[in-house]
Amino acid sequence: MRFSDTFERRFTEMLGHYPTRRSVLVPTLLYMQDELGYLSDEAIREIAQRLELNELEVRNVISYYSMLTTKPRGKYNVQVCRNISCMLCGADDVIAGVKKRLGVGHKGTTADGMFSFEEVECIGACSWAPAMQVNYDFHEKLTAEKADKILDGYKMKETQ
Amino acid sequence: MADLVSHPDEVKVVSRRFGQGAANLDRYLELDGYKAVQKALSLGADGIINEMKASNLRGRGGAGFPTGMKWSFVPKQAPKPKYVLCNGDESEPGTCKDRLILEHDPHSVIEGVVVAGIAVGSHTGYIYIRGEYRYLSEIMQKALADAYARGFLGKNIFGSGYDFDVYWHGGAGAYEVGEESALMESLEGKRGVPRIRPPFPAVVGLWGGPTVINNVETLASVPHIMLGGGEWYASLGTPKNGGTRLFCLSGHVAKPGVYELPLGYNLKKMIFEVAGGIRGGNKLKAVTPGGSSTPVLKAEECDVGMDFDQLMKAGSMLGSGGVVVLDDTTCMVKYLQRIMMFYQHESCGWCIPCREGTDWLKKTLNRFHAGGGVEKDIGNIQYLAENMLGRTFCPLGDAAAMPAISIVKKYRQEFEDHLNGRPCPFDAKAAEVAVPA
Repeated sequence: MRFSDTFERRFTEMLGHYPTRRSVLVPTLLYMQDELGYLSDEAIREIAQRLELNELEVRNVISYYSMLTTKPRGKYNVQVCRNISCMLCGADDVIAGVKKRLGVGHKGTTADGMFSFEEVECIGACSWAPAMQVNYDFHEKLTAEKADKILDGYKMKETQ
Repeated sequence: MADLVSHPDEVKVVSRRFGQGAANLDRYLELDGYKAVQKALSLGADGIINEMKASNLRGRGGAGFPTGMKWSFVPKQAPKPKYVLCNGDESEPGTCKDRLILEHDPHSVIEGVVVAGIAVGSHTGYIYIRGEYRYLSEIMQKALADAYARGFLGKNIFGSGYDFDVYWHGGAGAYEVGEESALMESLEGKRGVPRIRPPFPAVVGLWGGPTVINNVETLASVPHIMLGGGEWYASLGTPKNGGTRLFCLSGHVAKPGVYELPLGYNLKKMIFEVAGGIRGGNKLKAVTPGGSSTPVLKAEECDVGMDFDQLMKAGSMLGSGGVVVLDDTTCMVKYLQRIMMFYQHESCGWCIPCREGTDWLKKTLNRFHAGGGVEKDIGNIQYLAENMLGRTFCPLGDAAAMPAISIVKKYRQEFEDHLNGRPCPFDAKAAEVAVPA
């Protein structure tokens, strides 16, 4: 499989950081997923081979971490925090608004493949609640309206 | 990125370089950067540990274990390499302080790791950052590369003959990995399932070698202790609770934010003066003083000094510094339901009291809040939670049990108000379950 040069450079460099090869597994899976959109069967075979693990061991690790997915999802994964600080500051409204706009439920993807939606646990934005991440970007002090505008921005970026 | 706040009562130690561009190495050097490592090299292992013990610094991740003592547990001679592991898997609900440190002052964390390494005779450190904090991981990768480029890391640091390497590492979404032994499993490329102890990490840790594990804020405090001295740091706080810490004020306060205050600072004052009081003119109802796992305090219990010992005496814990403030519009049943959904989601499933306990508690609370509760559920919630306490390999089971026990005990009337199919008195929309299982 072909990955970006940055990926390969980082992968080789990281192998030198640990006494065992498999130690690079968790961060590498996430970087792989960033490039592919999800962890495909082919990707799992590839990483298992590179780290001298069997595929089952890799799948076993993937299933533990909530950011890792073996199913394709939208280009922009909208992750709205539902934990206590966000809930107290109106996360329920943000969640309802985003769901309505996208027309999908928890872990659903829009038909055009542009957006996925996910309710997530604490993302470390408690003092700036309610918050969401679109892929890795934080958006904080949200209201339903503000979240809607932010999604407009992502949509605009794609259609231009 | 996340906004900074300030208040005249703040004592800025860990946050003193926030907003000053200190992620840039040249700027960091202008602000006394990398002087602490040089001081530590001249103090030597015993000298560092003595300063750390004198500082009364206690772990900022949640447990509050004295840092100097933790370091002193690492055997001087070990057959395997020793490691320093910085825990940046910040994910206790209510906590958002390590994020600011990693963003504004990444080199202070690197310095803390190196000082810890010199103290225990290690030559390798890892800084583990949760997967969601990708931008912080990038800041850290750059900071490390810059430090290597100047020779501050690697072979013969500062001409001392001492070699020390620091590497970054990333997670991929798991609260449980913030537990020290699960953190090591994750770094070794496995599921984050906790290890049974003893042996403790100080003796058998990463790849079987002795390992010191400290929170980001703990390690970021270390350089300041090296430069200002242990006694100075201790004097900022209360007896046995040295220094300052970053308190993350969130929830129903007028001015939420991360404020650095001395340990022992009064909680009521923190809410009403520092964080601007309760928003919208509402009344204070309850406070979760140290992240979602800590027992709640009622409004009348909030006249308490925020240090480890005073909060323990008040029946709660200082935890991770996540102060979540609830006003009188909050339904405590819904609050507990939300907390329990979280712990059920995050339980690794390895030990039965936690896996089954959190699941039953979640199901019961979902049904209860939706109006399907019966009288004996209240006792069952209490009973289940009490039987999880202290019966799991790692503190996740306790973390789920403690808020449940305290909320049922202190707000039993609110549970009774939900009985017999009555809708939640706080929320007209309560009949529908607000979030999916």
